[in-house]
Amino acid sequence: MSEIVIDKSGWLNLQINGKPVQMPPGSTVMEAAQEIKEFIPHFCYHKKLSLAASCRMCLVQVEKFPKPVPACATPVSEGMKVWTRSEIALAAQQSVMEFLLINHPLDCPICDQGGECQLQDMAVGYGKGTSQYRENKRVVPGKEMGPLVSAAEMSRCIQCTRCVRFGDEIAGQMELGMIYRGDRAQITPFINDTVESELSGNMIDLCPVGALTSKPFRYQARTWELSRRKSVSPHDALGANLIVQLRRNQVVRVQPLENEAVNECWLSDRDRFSYEALNSEARLTKPLVKKDGVLIEADWQEALPLAAARLKNIMERDGCESLGVLISPHATLEEATLLSRLMRALGCDNIDHRLRQQDFSHAFQPSQVPWLGMPIADVSKLKAALFVGSFLRHDQPLLAARVRQAARRGAVISSLHSMPSDWMLPLAHEKVVAPSQVASALAALVVAAHREAKVEQTLPTALQGITPSVADAAMVRSLLNTPERSAIFLGSFAQQHSEAALLHTLAQRLAEYTKVTFGVLPEAANSVGAALAGAQPQKNGLNARAMLEQPRKAYVLLHTEVPFDVAQGSTARAAMEQADFVLSLSPFRPSEESALPDIVLPIAPFTETSGTFINMEGRAQSFYGVAPPLGETRPGWRVIAALAGLLGQPFTEMEPDEVRASCVPSADSVTARLSNRIDSVLSTLPQAAEKTIERVAGVPIYHADPLVRRATSLQCTPLAASPKAAMNAALAARLGLVKGRMVRITQGKNATEALLFWVCDDRLPTNTVRFDMAHPLTAGFDVCGEFHLEAAS
Amino acid sequence: MTAFLDYGSDAVLMARLTGDNWRIEDYVARGGYEALKAILTAGTPPDQVLAEIKLSALRGRGGAGFPTGMKWGFMPRGAPEKYVVCNADEGEPGTFKDRDILRFNPHSVIEGMAIAAYVMGCACGYIYIHGEIWDVYERCEEAIEEARAAGVIGQRIMGSDFSFELFNHHGFGAYICGEETALLESLEGKKGQSRYKPPFPANVGLYGKPTTINNVETLACVPLILRNGGQWFLDLGRPNAGGTKIFSVSGDVERPGNYELRLGAPFAKLLEMAGGVRGGRKLKAVIPGGSSSPVLPGAIMMETDLDYDSIAKAGSMMGSGAVIVMDETRCMVRSLMRLSEFYHEESCGQCTPCREGTGWLAHIIHRIEHGEGRPGDVDALDRVAHNIMGRTICALGDAAAMPVRSFVKHFRDEFEYHIEHHRCQVADHV
Repeated sequence: MSEIVIDKSGWLNLQINGKPVQMPPGSTVMEAAQEIKEFIPHFCYHKKLSLAASCRMCLVQVEKFPKPVPACATPVSEGMKVWTRSEIALAAQQSVMEFLLINHPLDCPICDQGGECQLQDMAVGYGKGTSQYRENKRVVPGKEMGPLVSAAEMSRCIQCTRCVRFGDEIAGQMELGMIYRGDRAQITPFINDTVESELSGNMIDLCPVGALTSKPFRYQARTWELSRRKSVSPHDALGANLIVQLRRNQVVRVQPLENEAVNECWLSDRDRFSYEALNSEARLTKPLVKKDGVLIEADWQEALPLAAARLKNIMERDGCESLGVLISPHATLEEATLLSRLMRALGCDNIDHRLRQQDFSHAFQPSQVPWLGMPIADVSKLKAALFVGSFLRHDQPLLAARVRQAARRGAVISSLHSMPSDWMLPLAHEKVVAPSQVASALAALVVAAHREAKVEQTLPTALQGITPSVADAAMVRSLLNTPERSAIFLGSFAQQHSEAALLHTLAQRLAEYTKVTFGVLPEAANSVGAALAGAQPQKNGLNARAMLEQPRKAYVLLHTEVPFDVAQGSTARAAMEQADFVLSLSPFRPSEESALPDIVLPIAPFTETSGTFINMEGRAQSFYGVAPPLGETRPGWRVIAALAGLLGQPFTEMEPDEVRASCVPSADSVTARLSNRIDSVLSTLPQAAEKTIERVAGVPIYHADPLVRRATSLQCTPLAASPKAAMNAALAARLGLVKGRMVRITQGKNATEALLFWVCDDRLPTNTVRFDMAHPLTAGFDVCGEFHLEAAS
Repeated sequence: MTAFLDYGSDAVLMARLTGDNWRIEDYVARGGYEALKAILTAGTPPDQVLAEIKLSALRGRGGAGFPTGMKWGFMPRGAPEKYVVCNADEGEPGTFKDRDILRFNPHSVIEGMAIAAYVMGCACGYIYIHGEIWDVYERCEEAIEEARAAGVIGQRIMGSDFSFELFNHHGFGAYICGEETALLESLEGKKGQSRYKPPFPANVGLYGKPTTINNVETLACVPLILRNGGQWFLDLGRPNAGGTKIFSVSGDVERPGNYELRLGAPFAKLLEMAGGVRGGRKLKAVIPGGSSSPVLPGAIMMETDLDYDSIAKAGSMMGSGAVIVMDETRCMVRSLMRLSEFYHEESCGQCTPCREGTGWLAHIIHRIEHGEGRPGDVDALDRVAHNIMGRTICALGDAAAMPVRSFVKHFRDEFEYHIEHHRCQVADHV
């Protein structure tokens, strides 16, 4: 690889402790010191947060400055001479340490932060053994911050305000603030007495003392008792890098592994706290076999041959096409690859991982894999972006944080959706239309782009006659300013829309006209990987929707829970119930609401198997198992291999590294296959639908996959609460809904029914109701099917 | 309105004020708005006005004494959006001069701000008024309305190209908001906490735009300088500190109040104007520049002239010109306790040395005063104060530390006596 050459002309020369260093103008002394690995103690400074310069721990001596100055906030200058450990600097640092400690409780032995506390570490280096402080110490009442962050011991707080600045700047919602003055100052949540951000766990990492600690982890273990192993988050398509921490072979904590190109130094709460599901009661330790309608534990020796035999019987009896294979996009690349390979070898092409997609009419090449369209890191540098149908903050929380960073730097962010956004970032343009109107709204933008960009190519006939509004033109112009740093992204709502292919085509056309990057926001940790693995029909196989609408005789489910993980909840459940045989490969016991499989083989979650996830930018991230499999759980790839052997299609790869080598494509071949481009003719636009009530369904962040659904603490957060039916006042009035009444939703011949609380949101379009999927209350509905709403009596 | 309105024979800023003649027609009758009118009619180049201010050697009256002309010169020229802010958040204990200026002569400040805005190219200004003087805020509102009606502020003033909008804003009484960057935060609607400098307000100030913040008295001097000439103003005072200064005299004097004196006048003269020490007692100590300036023993003070350099030479600061006089019956421990309690109460809590140190100091002094002092406490006071000084974001840390260090320096025996005998030396001996 060629070395990156940095142009250092105009850089400033300075010396720190006699060591020369060159820094670009605008850098600080702290950054210069870090460049040459000279440590300057600090608490309030954090490279990703704004400067506070308030802890004063980083005071250093600078030549010609009359007093010590904070390294974090002092800009470098030519010829500057800095001493970080001179008598003056040390005296200042030691006095600050003394001040910090006078009111800090000396309860390290019972403090959860003990052993990994920056104040403790720094006190060893800069504190004295004794204090002259003889007065009473301050007591600060503990605060309630919800089920994830403990703020029970706020007396330990040193007012560095990192948590406050994090909320304001990174999470986008300032839920914590410092109230009162002087030594009465307290950090406190001031909205609803809780912290609801989906990124709240990062405050625990940022807190340099034991004031904010992890509630689920509290008093579980001391830091030195933990073994730490690298892994990759199995949730969203960002692929956040993890340090999984274990005590006695049990995962007790997850922290971020810094990777500037992926998750920076952050984790979403879903990445961080979902580990609780790994140790939950819901984990299987032995295979389950259905006998007399009840699943009972069985040995592998019984279950595995039985599963193979029943699959074989059905294939011999009804042909290979009578099988349907639903692979979760959260399954590892190895699992998805091997299962697809096995099924193809058996002659079955009914394989799909796009479980929540409804429209499959995209003219994608079989080998083509939709992706972000750009490196993740570049999202932070965007100047303008348009998101079409994205639940950004719930689907990709850390990507939302990057977009928020871009917006803070002045990027113009726009949204076209059927929901008002709750992204916690300033939106320049927002268009909220009913689901059936999204395509025409997007078409108007395409026409506006055609005009604004003065495209020579004639407008497709289907779009002629559309008159864009002034707002459409303004939205498009924001993309035209700096097209090389602008992008259009298709979110999950657009991909799961019943006109997904049309929306894709229109968005692609819009990107062509404006010359901006076109990206698709993949749904899950291995959506890109599963597509690369061929976990979708390659010839004439049935896609996920067709497999359920044309019921099969047998289904194989890999990490997939029906009805939670599919769009067609009702249809899927019926399909499972009519099937002769359903084989499920899952780490978890089927939940009460699930359609019961005939055999469940316990396979390892991501922590107990080696595997690979390929994220939204096409980055393959492999990991090893960090814990031994629980009970008789076995790695999924090994179970699939065993099944292959029993079905007469044995694999040659027998070891993890061999499997990886055979499954993980080379970086070049991945790059070659990443493409969002489809060649489709823009035919006539569909006519606007009749005035029936339409549904908007998102996937709630803490119900998105089997693991997070069983994470106990996350399930106690407001974001995991039961879905409510949201609609505007006009619709509520038409339905006769009054405050406190519930709404009854019913659907179809299977008489799916749900009673939901309703909320009024006048920003919602006319005749549109939002109730999310994947929750026990609502998973049984077909997302695209007709439904009936009425006020519950 | 009844008030003590004899500011002394040196008075120029506060000359000919009766308490009732604050309205615009009275101000105009005293020659008000002539300077602004002359500048705008003649189209005097801003640089020429600035040169006059520089010649006058006007120095900031808020406490730091920074040369005003130089401060105005720091404002970037090309910037499209700039602000001038009048700091009327007079919170320094012992200081009550700005209140009088705004109450009795508000148009002098408005004219001063308009001229400042003209020089620096600002189209908008704010007067940030201390939260505990509501009547003054209301008076300023009336005065601005008058000025707007008379066309001396607003759009295209007096037919010129110069437009200047001015607004009053009242704080809520936090001492920290008198610190200029905390004032800006408060003005922006945030919690009053000082900003780290650099960047300085002249580059990144109100709403991130270049901003100059001047004290009320400083701005009130500006019309006088332009009407009478910089040289006239300079001749009133000392070579590097022109003009007069209003001193707020409080404490143990017969006639506490505001007195306007030429800079460089002897302290003895001021004391005489204030009627001398109350009850003919002996002068013990004087805090010459507001609560944050170091205390000086009476004997030293009687030998000192009232200007920036002379007071500095004597070991204290001119500060805001708040002269707190203490006679021989004052217990210095109790006096310092009151000051330290104030700084403990008012520390904003942002940076460590001030947040933790002010409380620590107050606790120790409180113990000493209440007979619970321990050996070593006096040294601890000095050490803690030393550790606060020069290590905080804003000057409030120094403000809290300097009184402590000076009280201990000059009156150590009283503190030791308190600790040793668990009672007050003054009560025992005077």
